[in-house]
Amino acid sequence: MNVKSSMKLAGAVAIMALAAACSSTKATGPDVAATDNANSGVTTSAVTPGSQEDLEQNVGNRVFFGYDQYSLSAQAQATLQRQADFLKQYAGVNIQVSGNCDERGTREYNLALGARRAEAARAYLVSMGVDSSRITTVSYGKERPIDPRSTEDAWSLNRNATSTIVNVGA
Amino acid sequence: MIRQALIAVFAAIVGLAAGTPASARVRIDITQATVEPMPVAVPDFIGADSQLADLGRDVTGVIMADLDRSGLFSVIDQRAYVEKISSVDVRPRFPDWRIINAQVLVVGEVRQTPDGRIEVATRVWDVYSNEQLGAVSFKTPADNWRRAAHKVADFVYKSLTGEDGYFDTRIVFVHETGPKEKRNKRLMIMDQDGANPVLLTDGLNYQALTPRFSPTQQQITYMALFDNRPGQVYLFNIETGEQEQLGTFRGMTFAPRFTPDGTRVLMSMERAGNSDVFMMELATRRLTRLTDNPGIDTSPTMSPDGRRIGFTSDRGGAEQIYVMNADGSNPKRITFGEGRYQTPVWSPRGDLIAFTRLYQGRFYIGVIRPDGTGERLLTESYLDEGPTWSPNGRVIMFFRENSPGAGPTLWSVDLTGRNLRRGRTPGDASDPAWSPPLP
Repeated sequence: MNVKSSMKLAGAVAIMALAAACSSTKATGPDVAATDNANSGVTTSAVTPGSQEDLEQNVGNRVFFGYDQYSLSAQAQATLQRQADFLKQYAGVNIQVSGNCDERGTREYNLALGARRAEAARAYLVSMGVDSSRITTVSYGKERPIDPRSTEDAWSLNRNATSTIVNVGA
Repeated sequence: MIRQALIAVFAAIVGLAAGTPASARVRIDITQATVEPMPVAVPDFIGADSQLADLGRDVTGVIMADLDRSGLFSVIDQRAYVEKISSVDVRPRFPDWRIINAQVLVVGEVRQTPDGRIEVATRVWDVYSNEQLGAVSFKTPADNWRRAAHKVADFVYKSLTGEDGYFDTRIVFVHETGPKEKRNKRLMIMDQDGANPVLLTDGLNYQALTPRFSPTQQQITYMALFDNRPGQVYLFNIETGEQEQLGTFRGMTFAPRFTPDGTRVLMSMERAGNSDVFMMELATRRLTRLTDNPGIDTSPTMSPDGRRIGFTSDRGGAEQIYVMNADGSNPKRITFGEGRYQTPVWSPRGDLIAFTRLYQGRFYIGVIRPDGTGERLLTESYLDEGPTWSPNGRVIMFFRENSPGAGPTLWSVDLTGRNLRRGRTPGDASDPAWSPPLP
């Protein structure tokens, strides 16, 4: 079985996903540091409700973790609670949660750790009543840092679970 | 008569060299912690015409670089040589070589064969006992001359150490380009000395990570990391460029490594966030679970005798290395030092396991016996990761980020911790994997 063609197809989708990830990088700059990006309640008028932009700006699409940890802080739980509310409000929206790590570990172990972080976020959303079929997970290990610097601040940002809208239904 | 004694073609090397070391007077004990490099003279290999002489010089350059990089030999500057070699079949004037303190003399000639190939004929002499340590000849197409040179260097290495060389081997690694946030990671293969680098994957659709050679075939297993679905383990055929996903799983599969017999691939599979160790039989694609633990179990590596498997687990808290039976029974922790231990890789000799250790913000490559005794750290830097063994189990290659923000580069170090050298790659490189001896 030669899967080359399916990998190419996946790549086309992947490029779109990557483009989305890039725009989200800007939303969470280094200044935000390791605090979960939460501006709840304040809805800016320019943002399309139920969009990725809405999720990033008004809900918070990232939760952060301690070094070599995958437990959810109170702040992370609050962000995920808002994500759950968001997902309930926009029933046609499905998300992918990616688990990410800082660069202070080996590739293979960080792939496993990223999977745990993504699962921790997914499990919390499901426990808040979001249908599990609406959430997929992926681990990027330490391969997709949002902050390229090698500093404590950057590492705090890069230890995250990031929610990305993958499709919007009717 | 002597010419007839020279043994032709690549396949003959093992048979010829096997009898040589016992009778060798000079000998390098590569198990010693400190070894004085052996002074060796390698005059340019001669050729009957200017074209062959040019090729002879190129061959000599590769041999000298191999021997020098091993750290076991110091190649004496050619400008010091007194005798000018005019035939490989005439005994050298040993006093001329003793006077420049050479202990070993390697002479050779590049010839044209009637069928249009080249023949590289070599003799290795013990300068002090005036004895020939060995003679060997390789025939190969002219454009394959570098391999012939590596074969000669392997022959010299074996003549002096009694162990197989590793110069006629290749390295597959991850060629990295682009900004860190959006890094291109493609598989690249090159000769062990950095020559002939070739990209294997286009890398536009996915990041290729953690390649590993099959011990028996021209095949690589690696992990492809996608954007929109969990990463998966692939098999890549080096000769045809064809690849296929190894099984279809909902969860991520990663950390693949062939078993020493080449018939199975060990890997991690993630289900609902938890990673365990599995083994897939390649002929049947049958998957066997080997660990079932709520901790992360990854980076499996099998002992050369096939009886045990080492792996990384955080089941006891922080990551440590464990060794279990090949059927997954009786896992035992073997590392107990401070910090974290990851990426165990069993030596092809079976006597040691190499690892990456993280301690107080520094990364180390080290080795430990499979029973957990004799831990030794060989290297240290901001990030040292991903050891791979030379096929003879004497040298470890790994990748290093020398300082925060520095790009990854390939390095090698002797088992003794000596002879730390940077490898030559076109640009940033990570995740090296050493090939078995080439067929």
